[in-house]
Amino acid sequence: MPVIKSIEDLKKIRDQAKDQINLRVDNESKTRVVVGMGTCGIAAGARQVMLAILEELKKRNVSDVIVTEAGCIGLCQYEPLVDVIKPDRPKVTYVNMNPDKAREIVVKHIINDQVVDEYVVPNI
Amino acid sequence: MEIYRAHVLVCKGTGCVASGSEPIFETLQKEIEKKGLDKEVKVIQTGCLGLCELGPNILIYPEGSYYCQVKAEDVPEIVEEHLLKGRVVQRLLYKEPDSKERYRSLMDIDFYKRQKRIALRNCGIINPEIIEEYIANDGYAALAKALTDMKPQEVIDEVKKSGLRGRGGGGFPTGIKWQFAANAEGDIKYVVCNADEGDPGAFMDRSILEGDPHSVLEAMAIAGYAIGASEGYIYVRAEYPIAVKRLEIAIEQARDRGLLGKNILGTDFSFDIFIRLGSGAFVCGEETALLASIEGRRGEPRPRPPFPANKGLWGKPTIINNVETYANIPVIILKGADWFNEIGSEKSKGTKVFAIGGKINHTGLVEIPMGTTLREVIYDIGGGIPNNKKFKAVQTGGPSGGCIPADLLDMPIEFDTLVQAGSMMGSGGMIVMDEDNCMVDIAKFFLTFTQEESCGKCPPCRIGTKRMLEILERITNGEGKEGDIELLENLAKSIKASSLCGLGQTAPNPVLSTLRYFRDEYEAHIKDKKCPAGACKALIHYEIIADKCKGCGICIKVCPTQAITGERRQPHVIDVDKCIKCNSCFDRCPFGAIVKI
Repeated sequence: MPVIKSIEDLKKIRDQAKDQINLRVDNESKTRVVVGMGTCGIAAGARQVMLAILEELKKRNVSDVIVTEAGCIGLCQYEPLVDVIKPDRPKVTYVNMNPDKAREIVVKHIINDQVVDEYVVPNI
Repeated sequence: MEIYRAHVLVCKGTGCVASGSEPIFETLQKEIEKKGLDKEVKVIQTGCLGLCELGPNILIYPEGSYYCQVKAEDVPEIVEEHLLKGRVVQRLLYKEPDSKERYRSLMDIDFYKRQKRIALRNCGIINPEIIEEYIANDGYAALAKALTDMKPQEVIDEVKKSGLRGRGGGGFPTGIKWQFAANAEGDIKYVVCNADEGDPGAFMDRSILEGDPHSVLEAMAIAGYAIGASEGYIYVRAEYPIAVKRLEIAIEQARDRGLLGKNILGTDFSFDIFIRLGSGAFVCGEETALLASIEGRRGEPRPRPPFPANKGLWGKPTIINNVETYANIPVIILKGADWFNEIGSEKSKGTKVFAIGGKINHTGLVEIPMGTTLREVIYDIGGGIPNNKKFKAVQTGGPSGGCIPADLLDMPIEFDTLVQAGSMMGSGGMIVMDEDNCMVDIAKFFLTFTQEESCGKCPPCRIGTKRMLEILERITNGEGKEGDIELLENLAKSIKASSLCGLGQTAPNPVLSTLRYFRDEYEAHIKDKKCPAGACKALIHYEIIADKCKGCGICIKVCPTQAITGERRQPHVIDVDKCIKCNSCFDRCPFGAIVKI
């Protein structure tokens, strides 16, 4: 463990460590990503989608995003479903996800704030 | 750095470890690995969450789901349902005693909503064995601020201005104590932490040491800087093995990180901390006895002055503060005295941690702003008295405090109000009593404790408490005489006035306060040879009311001495000579046919 020699060192460690405990505080003000994990979702490959999202977030060093699961909401034929809920914004639901599309959403929507229209749930 | 989508916090404070949180922790890790979730879900051990009675406790973030009384068998379900499929396991969620609703998030429940956690700010949130988690919550930032932005005198001024008073018993203003030690002449000075928590039922210091040991280390270093000391000692009970282990880990990590040792944070301030184990003598919580024990001598108090601030450890100027007092210091330095001043009441600033026990629904640890009323603590946070019994009194301050009766329930909790009511803040034990508790018996219980723990150095405490206890034993055995009450009062006053240390000076308090508020109970014992609460065995006997008895035979089965006889469906009878008054039949009778007279 490196020795902390100055306030700057301490602040640096604090900022790094903050990400580690981030999940336990102020969860209302963070972006939420909800992956459908009902039987239908799991069968359609939701686990891989979730893992891809987590991996992409890690690669890009994004830590203030909550990734969580939900049960079936009835659109089973469109699974895997992924909801992205940014604070104070309406929920965006993406359908027929796969790991590649999910990565795209992390980069475009979660990080750069652009909704990926072509994957959004159609008006059925 | 790894990013986890879920954190599972398992309480590993003494309470939850005792109810089995360790196997749960291991099973969780195994199950999570089995399901292939170990890269996404992190299992963390943490300190006391406060609701020890409902342990083992588990918290899952980001939802904040609060599961209580979890068993190892429940773990696969939690992993499969909650962590894999995202479905909260409803049946394990916390439930308020009087409502059917189950609460998803910890912060929604009444027990937590009304608390203000300063000393316990990190307990149940961080992993106490990882220094980075403490740093993440602004840990050691107060030390950094003190060392670089503040002069030692400014640190003392800030603590003085905050109005912080000692949380260990006496309630002496902390800043003034520091000032005395800073002003004292001497090149070597010491900082001591009193973690010899001895009051029956109080465990806030243990919980802080177990859940957030670094806050105490940081505060001691700040104190060292303020008074010019370079060594600190923590005197902690050997009966607190988890606390000792976490302290050792914390000290080791702080040294590795250069937050203890030479030239802390690149400044010329050096400070190190050592642990000394106490063997559980109650008197060693008294500061001069504690210092004697650290020095390797017998734990006995000595007359003051000189106070430890002038002549303390090895004769050098020393400050001694309690664990909870220290836990407040980093926040005061970081957020400022003005912020701290806003919390609490006019005369008592900040918060106080209480360990609530006895006849109450939620046994556990709560931190409340000073000035909160006893009623709020007992009914709103503590959930009231179980089994619809009537509240009778609450004992604050442990064996050194006193009983506070029902008509003072709306009294705000402050240092001075408690003293006026004949009790004291003490270290923050709070034992709730209901109509079944006999107040003479309670006074006897506490006096038995202090009498046993008297170190024997001064006669008033050694002999006086023994005589008082003999009188109380006489009274509860039905052998009380006219004049016993006056004799008790007389002895109590002499012992208070002439004892050497706090132990003896406060030992008569439970007797005096129960005499003040429940004198009629003493009189009933002495004059009528009756115990109104039905608790003193020598003064009661059991009878069966023939009209109410259905002859079901349950009491015959539970009686260990075959004292109950009777035909089926016919009223039963108790043979008073055989009865050992164990209360089993009384507890079990479904018709309320058995009475204590």
